Amino acid sequence: MNKKNHTSLIHISKRREVSLGRRWGIRALAIILAFVLSAVVTMIITGLNPIEVYATMLKGAFGTPRKMWTLGQEIAILLCVSLALTPAFRMRFWNLGGEGQVLIGGLACAASMILLGDKIPNALLILIMTVTSIAAGALWAVIPAIFKAKWGTNETLFTLMMNYVATQLVAYYIIVWEVPRGSGKIGIINQNTQAGWFPQIGNFKYLLNILIVLVLTFVVYVYMKRSKQGYEISVVGESTNTARYVGIKVERVIIRTLLLSGAICGLTGLLLVGSTNHTITTTISGGRGFTAVMVAWLANFNPIAMIFSSFLLVFFSQGAGEISTAFGLNQSYADIMMGIVLFFIIGSEFFINYKLHLRKNTGKEGA
Amino acid sequence: MKVFKALAVLAAAATVFAGTSVMAGEVDPADFKVGFIMLHDENSTYDLNFINGAKKACEELGVPYEIKTNIPEGQECYDAAADLADAGCKMVFADSFGHEDYMIEAAKEFPDVQFCHSTGTKAHTEGLDNFHNAFASIYEGRFLAGVAAGMKLNEMIEKGEIAEDAVKIGYVGAYTYAEVVSGYTSFFLGVRHMCPSAEMEVTFTGSWYDETAEKEGATKLINDGCVLLSQHADSMGAPTACENAGIPDVSYNGSTVDACPNTFIVSSRIDWAPYYVYAITAAMNGESIDADWTGTLATESVVLTDINENAAAEGTAEKIEEVKAALESGELHVFDTSAFTVDGKTLDSYMADVDSDPDYTPDTEVISDGYFHESEYRSAPYFDLQIDGITLLDTAF
Repeated sequence: MNKKNHTSLIHISKRREVSLGRRWGIRALAIILAFVLSAVVTMIITGLNPIEVYATMLKGAFGTPRKMWTLGQEIAILLCVSLALTPAFRMRFWNLGGEGQVLIGGLACAASMILLGDKIPNALLILIMTVTSIAAGALWAVIPAIFKAKWGTNETLFTLMMNYVATQLVAYYIIVWEVPRGSGKIGIINQNTQAGWFPQIGNFKYLLNILIVLVLTFVVYVYMKRSKQGYEISVVGESTNTARYVGIKVERVIIRTLLLSGAICGLTGLLLVGSTNHTITTTISGGRGFTAVMVAWLANFNPIAMIFSSFLLVFFSQGAGEISTAFGLNQSYADIMMGIVLFFIIGSEFFINYKLHLRKNTGKEGA
Repeated sequence: MKVFKALAVLAAAATVFAGTSVMAGEVDPADFKVGFIMLHDENSTYDLNFINGAKKACEELGVPYEIKTNIPEGQECYDAAADLADAGCKMVFADSFGHEDYMIEAAKEFPDVQFCHSTGTKAHTEGLDNFHNAFASIYEGRFLAGVAAGMKLNEMIEKGEIAEDAVKIGYVGAYTYAEVVSGYTSFFLGVRHMCPSAEMEVTFTGSWYDETAEKEGATKLINDGCVLLSQHADSMGAPTACENAGIPDVSYNGSTVDACPNTFIVSSRIDWAPYYVYAITAAMNGESIDADWTGTLATESVVLTDINENAAAEGTAEKIEEVKAALESGELHVFDTSAFTVDGKTLDSYMADVDSDPDYTPDTEVISDGYFHESEYRSAPYFDLQIDGITLLDTAF
């Protein structure tokens, strides 16, 4: 044993500066590897060759005009939650309460539709749905924000626990409004009168949602990059002390930003209930409050880049669904596919921030 | 043996005959694609029962099929139904109660495609030619399973394991929904048919599939002194709790004998294949499909699994056959009003909420000729009376 020359096989060091090109290079490589590994796993399970695997996945996403619209709709909804989380995350406020904020927004929307449907003009009803949903989402996010701003409570746990409160509230109101009695389901609200349903543009069921989210993407982009408030958010995110030093009221920024974050989640709830499902269930958010964290992170909190990251995740999920149906596979297959994608995406962040040094076998290791 | 052989030959001949008659029709089964929408996949006993029925029916008829699993009860169901219609399916079936409204949306959009929904309540009032509901008189199966349970209780009384005046059984239900109420009441009436002194406690989980809650509910009932259990929820929670505690169990949706060899007595289930065969054949021949179809013992839609001799009382199979014959002949009715009371009174009239509406308005007289007519005015159950002898421990759901 030569103690002097003893070094570990792999040595990890933090990267100081990472160029934009390198960062995206690593991410692109991770995505390519995710595609390769998912194809290999699919080949083993189904016996398809790799070209057929990708062809089936493409068919699942783009096979028919309807599939493309569904893809667009899924991207829009996921993107909307991601946009909501972005301002909070830029401020290093870890809002893990997207799920609950979406649900509570959806609940407010459903309540308006059930209680006011057919009693007031449709335009007024939609206006009320919009205001209440956005307000409910904002309220759900601002409660942990106030606690954080005033007493420094942990926002990660607080926002997370607010999800459960929202879920239970929705569960309670489902039993209040269920039809038939005891069924635990509300069903489509105002199915025959369509009161409170968002208007459909031409024959395109999901076009309105997609347009709303596209506009919102642009607005959030400008807000973050060009507005004074957006700048304040990044200063607070960098260092609260710096922010205070330059005269930014940190508490105010935290509360204001979370109002915005929650409001956009509430809007997502509005789109899910008022424009898409026309019902409310405890699972209507479908985990998007958490998937959106990945979308926002992968895109480095850039709203335009988030279009692509949400596309990537939705594409994989639709593709996995198509392969499941074609080969009679169950949910585990789709879960494995998503697991592979997320593993590589999260893994790539490690290689962006850290560098691996392999021990060179020359016998003369450097310090 | 000879009789059996003759029957087999007859059955084979009937199949061939049915096959040829279909072939003689205008539609080639190979061109008649059918789609199925399932809430979960085969890991749920509920969905597995549908998946098996779908495969059996399609293979028997020779029609191509596509099954979409894990379709939530939301817009995803509409998307899936429309996607199946796009893919050339002439018929689309869905298996979960919450799919109904989205199937109706799809039915309105695709008038040339037939949409059939199991367990739903709206087809008879919706007025769409291409939207249909189906269910089965599963209360008859529950009653028969109750008879098996009652025999087991009698055996336990005879052996001196329990006292005749203190027979308490338990039931784990999902929701306080009519389907569940109808289920536990018919089971209880089957038990009382054999063991008149029995009382029952029911607990609800607030979910159709929650293994932990079902297991906890079952354990609660066992600790409460229940000597036999049954359930209407879709996981292995209750059967497992029974096996661990050595308490006899009557299961649902299918046999749980593999996991519970010492305690599983029997299980009732709906076989969906007869409905699928009926509806697909009718659609292929251009005939109309019933807006509301109720499978029965006679259509072989309501079936019992094999009886587990390790747990069941002696003579159970013979007794079940006897009671089944009486049910089929109309000599015996499950909800005979002389067999139960509500608040101490025998009922001679009851208005049920058959046409679902948000105010639960009672709209149909369902008691006549001395019995409650379950699943006759609509296939999905509407028996929601709380009869004497059954105690609900919680009704939050």
